[in-house]
Amino acid sequence: MKCVIAGGNVKVLGRAVHSLSRIGDELYLEPTESGLSFRAVNSSRSAFASFLFAPLFFQLYEPGSAGPDTELFRCKVHMKSFLGIFRSLPSLEKSVGKCLILLKPRASRLVLQLHCKYGVTKTHNLAFQECERLQAVFDTQSCASRLCAPARLLAEAVVHFPLTLAEVTLGAGPGGKISLRNYVEDEAELSKTMVTELWLAEEEFQSVAVAPGSHITFCLKEFRGLLSFAEASNLPLTIHFDEPGRPVIFTLDDTVLEVHLVLATLSDAESSSQSPSTNGVSHLPAPSDDFADDLESYMAAIETSEGCSEGPPSPTFSLHIPRPAKSKPEEEEEEEEEEEEEEEGAVPGTPPHKRFRSLFFGSVMTPGRPGPATTQEVLAEDSDGES
Amino acid sequence: MPFSAQLPASGERYALSASLDNARHLSSLLRAVHFQDYATCLATASGLRVTVEDAKCIQANAFIQAEIFQEFSVQEESVMFRISLSVLLDCLTIFGSSSLPGTSTALRMCYRGYGYPLMLFLEEGGVVTVCKINTQEPEELLDFDFCSTKVVNKIILQSEGLREAFAELDMTSEVLQITMSPDKPYFRLSTFGNAGSAHLDYPRDSDLMEAFHCNQTQTNRYKISLLKPSTKALALSCKVSIRTDAQGFLSLQYMIRNEDGQICFVEYYCCPDEDITEAEL
Repeated sequence: MKCVIAGGNVKVLGRAVHSLSRIGDELYLEPTESGLSFRAVNSSRSAFASFLFAPLFFQLYEPGSAGPDTELFRCKVHMKSFLGIFRSLPSLEKSVGKCLILLKPRASRLVLQLHCKYGVTKTHNLAFQECERLQAVFDTQSCASRLCAPARLLAEAVVHFPLTLAEVTLGAGPGGKISLRNYVEDEAELSKTMVTELWLAEEEFQSVAVAPGSHITFCLKEFRGLLSFAEASNLPLTIHFDEPGRPVIFTLDDTVLEVHLVLATLSDAESSSQSPSTNGVSHLPAPSDDFADDLESYMAAIETSEGCSEGPPSPTFSLHIPRPAKSKPEEEEEEEEEEEEEEEGAVPGTPPHKRFRSLFFGSVMTPGRPGPATTQEVLAEDSDGES
Repeated sequence: MPFSAQLPASGERYALSASLDNARHLSSLLRAVHFQDYATCLATASGLRVTVEDAKCIQANAFIQAEIFQEFSVQEESVMFRISLSVLLDCLTIFGSSSLPGTSTALRMCYRGYGYPLMLFLEEGGVVTVCKINTQEPEELLDFDFCSTKVVNKIILQSEGLREAFAELDMTSEVLQITMSPDKPYFRLSTFGNAGSAHLDYPRDSDLMEAFHCNQTQTNRYKISLLKPSTKALALSCKVSIRTDAQGFLSLQYMIRNEDGQICFVEYYCCPDEDITEAEL
């Protein structure tokens, strides 16, 4: 893969990387025929973002050649090292004239070359890891509600919340009004906490098509990251959402750029106790206590759910494994370990997955317990929570 | 009480006495070499030299010429003492390090001789502070024996071009590798960190390049932790001269212009890192 980004677009890429750095510690690069995609997922897999830059975004774009049954080479790099290159956005704008990105699978290096003012050249040779395709499964079409607003409107609304605030609730009120309020977890704390609530009139939005009374609660940190990108790029932001517990999808569309941010939403205590089946999600078996053993069957489950994506969409993120000629068992193991850790919920700053149903783990199958498992629902609460 | 009343009686003899309108001219230069607690001061008729060393591998010198001072007199051929640089800086900025526009701290500095403290009289807005800082036995300083005749490669760059480079240095790399060459890549800074390697190339015809005198290709590595303190001098400077001798010893000379347009120099000497693995060259 080889691409050249000129002038002002380097800054756009820089801002995209800044936005992605709010999500995960690893940056996935995926060259495709339709453009170069940068993706990230957070460690609890409750947030996923993808920035797809169309070939027109680049001065030159060569995704590389894929064999008849092999796919284009993709990789992941440390977010920190990639971000380091784009750390100072003002100086990027001031001094960088051209950016060259070269993926050299043979040399095991991702080369980033910045051509700066005064003829100075910065060459970064980054180490990378081969990886599977990172893909969240979502369908914006099936979402019951849709909002479209200038990024500025939402950015100006969000500044009123303290930086320490984890989650915010977006609700549709009477008369097409949209509300934003800080989410307070504990009812008992409600009396001690300051609650900020904003109402935005329908006219402020470019389009409002929401189910009356619907509301969702999602993490603010990742949303803020996307907002600052959207605001700087002056793009309208579209929010697709459904009922609580189903993922919310934020999209930005431009001729050369396509951005998706998918966030888990908090499931409603009441609605989830009613009937999880109303979610109409994929009919995969329920999670078991021990995740470690489950990976293989889980992977199979993901592939199944990918296959029937025409049907009811699964709110799951999946690592789509194309299984080309060389599948890497070690890597899967690694993945497995990773997920085990994640299950521990040790990652600071991520929502406790008790409350946020992890979009990812919802569809883990139970091995050794076949058959009747199919009658169970996917989005059952984490078994740890039962007592 | 007028400032003059605080001054020592004129009858007393001082090995070193100096006065300065604006103490910041001194403190900002001292800060450029402040990476260790203790410094050795040497005063001669031409001015004051403040030397800081670390690990027997790096030496920084701040030169404050006699002309910078309003009065500068040394009774002996040279006067030398060791002093806590942190304390000296604290005293010099006792009225605050960022003075308001239009105000400045005046300084009078006296040293009676071996065994006596260094006395500072600082005045700002009619308030006078007297500081006595104990001096210590001077230690023997490193002699890098770096003379201009032995210089193999020399480059003068506008500091602006290096500032960003030093700010973005990959600190996970243990060394900074400097390549100077009459041919491509001319002048290259490289790091080898956890995430991979990075190279920064400056062409010889760049507008940042004030002078380019490279006679042979040299690649040397320097401990990044030793060079990092020189960023303080770099930040203040307008130009930097980068020189190496045949053994790979590095000299970084920073030209610093103070608020009154006077020019001072801060110099860093650094030993090369010994083990260069051929494979990574």
